Amino acid sequence: MKKTGAEIFVESLKQEGVKVIFGIPGGVVLKIFDVLHQQKDIEVILTRHEQGAAHMAEGYAKATGKAGVALVTSGPGMTNIVTGLADAFMDSVPLVAFTGQVSTNLIGNDAFQEADNVGISRPCTKHNVLVKDVNDLARTIKEAFYIATTGRPGPVLVDIPKDVSINKADFKYPDKVNLRGYNPTYEGNKHQIKQAAEEIMKARKPVIYVGGGALFSDAADEILEFAELTQVPVTMTLMGLGSFPGTHPLSMGMLGMHGGYWSNMAMHHADLLIAVGARFDDRVTGKLSDFSPEARVIHIDIDPTSIKKNVHAHIPIVGDVRTVLRQLTVLLRSLDGNVNERRQQLRPWLHQIEEWKRVHPLRYHQDDKVIKPQYVIEKLFEITKNEGIVATDVGQHQMWAAQYFKGSRPRTFITSGGLGTMGFGFPAALGAQKAYPDKLVLCITSEGSFQMNLQELATAAVYKLPVKIVLLNNGFHGMVRQWQDLFYEGRYASSYLGKVPDFIKLADAYGIPGFRALKPAEVEPVIRESVKHKGPVLMDFHVDPFENCYPMIPAGGAQHEMVLEDPPELRKADKGGAAKKKADEGEGILPA
Amino acid sequence: MEHIISVLVENKFGVLARVAGLFSARGYNIESLSVAPTLDPTASMITIVTEGDDRIVEQIIKQLNKVVEVMKVIDLTEAAHLDRETALIKINTNTKLEHRDEAIRICDIFRAKIVDSSPTTYTIEVTGDVGKVEALINLLKPLGIKELIRTGRIAIGREAGKTAARREPQADKA
Repeated sequence: MKKTGAEIFVESLKQEGVKVIFGIPGGVVLKIFDVLHQQKDIEVILTRHEQGAAHMAEGYAKATGKAGVALVTSGPGMTNIVTGLADAFMDSVPLVAFTGQVSTNLIGNDAFQEADNVGISRPCTKHNVLVKDVNDLARTIKEAFYIATTGRPGPVLVDIPKDVSINKADFKYPDKVNLRGYNPTYEGNKHQIKQAAEEIMKARKPVIYVGGGALFSDAADEILEFAELTQVPVTMTLMGLGSFPGTHPLSMGMLGMHGGYWSNMAMHHADLLIAVGARFDDRVTGKLSDFSPEARVIHIDIDPTSIKKNVHAHIPIVGDVRTVLRQLTVLLRSLDGNVNERRQQLRPWLHQIEEWKRVHPLRYHQDDKVIKPQYVIEKLFEITKNEGIVATDVGQHQMWAAQYFKGSRPRTFITSGGLGTMGFGFPAALGAQKAYPDKLVLCITSEGSFQMNLQELATAAVYKLPVKIVLLNNGFHGMVRQWQDLFYEGRYASSYLGKVPDFIKLADAYGIPGFRALKPAEVEPVIRESVKHKGPVLMDFHVDPFENCYPMIPAGGAQHEMVLEDPPELRKADKGGAAKKKADEGEGILPA
Repeated sequence: MEHIISVLVENKFGVLARVAGLFSARGYNIESLSVAPTLDPTASMITIVTEGDDRIVEQIIKQLNKVVEVMKVIDLTEAAHLDRETALIKINTNTKLEHRDEAIRICDIFRAKIVDSSPTTYTIEVTGDVGKVEALINLLKPLGIKELIRTGRIAIGREAGKTAARREPQADKA
């Protein structure tokens, strides 16, 4: 029996095991939504903006490792997900986005709500396809999921014209794909692995540098085994957080622009870097010419384009992180029986790292008057006992969350790294919550980022997604304000947001309870009260608007040239005095 | 430096745009481009000539390999290869009487063909490497070139080059 394109679409998604779609209907996808409405296996989450749908699908994908699915209409529906696609592309998130398109006979005629969906999304998708014939639909969907989730994962867009969703064809879901040009390499080259093992045995100041690739490869166990076997300390990129227990003695936490002093110093003085699913992003390396000058580099990555892109790799290994680490661990075990000897050899190095950590630990000063944002995050970590999932937005709060929320399990720290998308956090938290309805999901955000997608409060309320929103409210685009203080002589050009809206009243309008903390003593009770609450909650913490995030490698600086605290001229400016008063009154800071 | 890149792709719409996009996204110009189906009609060969920093071209080649519809990428620049292009050149022959004879003489030397003739023009077809085509164009310029169209280069690796490369290490041993 023949099926319509819309029916084929729904059946194909069922075959792929899709349980939830995030999206918004519109003219050309009505047929698909109509079929979805008449079945129960796939749930449709109606978001309030297509960007929200894309980020929810990303949050779902980052939390589960499975492909997230978004379904939106043509024209504006599609253009609204472009940010989500670009974000997923940068952070290698398996996302399958279905967009409606005007009927094939109208394509190119400037029809109502027409956009060149495939053309617009080409540079920000791993792959994209316009389906021109309903007979190609099932195969295209099969390929889309396969491409999105294999190799280096990424977003795939499938553009479905209205007539393709209405026309009929025989349905048979293919059981395998046949793509001549697509064959990701999973196993590492044996010769390269042997060389890597020799380098590791020789190294006296080695560092394992783990990126987001480790999470999508499910390599947390392998990294732990590899690190413990070799006794090499581990540092993680923002995207790699969670791949190695943050509380483990070999963990150095995050590296890079706002990474720990000790982890950046270790990178700089290392004689061997073992890069695992990381891509030497500029936020990690700082000034390239001064990056880890003495280090040999072993670079394990499934994507050959990541290797030797920014930093030369002496031993490149193209392959899946988990597979390669297993190969490497097996080989190392056969080479080296004596772990104790190894421990002895690396003791001075680990001791040196401890020393760096002792001299310049992460620090802030909490008095009893103004809430420090770091304090809120430390308390959150303490109270939630690291049982939940954290999604963050982008900016100072994101860096503090990365520094102080020492997550230990994979896929529990969800953030926008490569693209740095403000507005990502809240919908991503909702997507993660949809995947794990019973888990505690925290959205650590600030008033700047949150306002970029706060319409999804309605989605949280309607679908009863109990996300706990942690708003670090400082009245500024905080990271912009920090750079203006450090590099633009404190001229706050368009970075002051002020105390609007009243977030408690806002949440109330959606039927979501809100709690506010103005003083340090109120922080803990607010967190405890909110976490107990069953539904979604908003916590509004009024934090020090002038707190800066350190350590910091200034843009273009070398990794060992970190700024560790406010420079003297900033301290002299008396942050608690004139400037703060100005901010409170919104005076002199509002648009110049 | 100049690179000649052969890209074997699926013969489908959108593929060329994806391939070209990798160049334009980096602000790189494509000097010439030729696309046509191969023996297998479901595949096409794209030949791209581009000028640019070796490191960035290497990155573009890696990115090309990543495109789902791309099956094979070869940078022919380093390897022994043959490249050819065809040009059609329409020249004026009515300024001076002797120009018609001169044009025929030049064509003879370059083994170019006059493929169309009118009382006031000749249209000349020439195939060869870039040096030859440009030399012919330069010689024809004084006669007055009315119109000129070039196909852009196509290129193919040389088998002999491969054998020679394989022999070298043995020579070293000896």
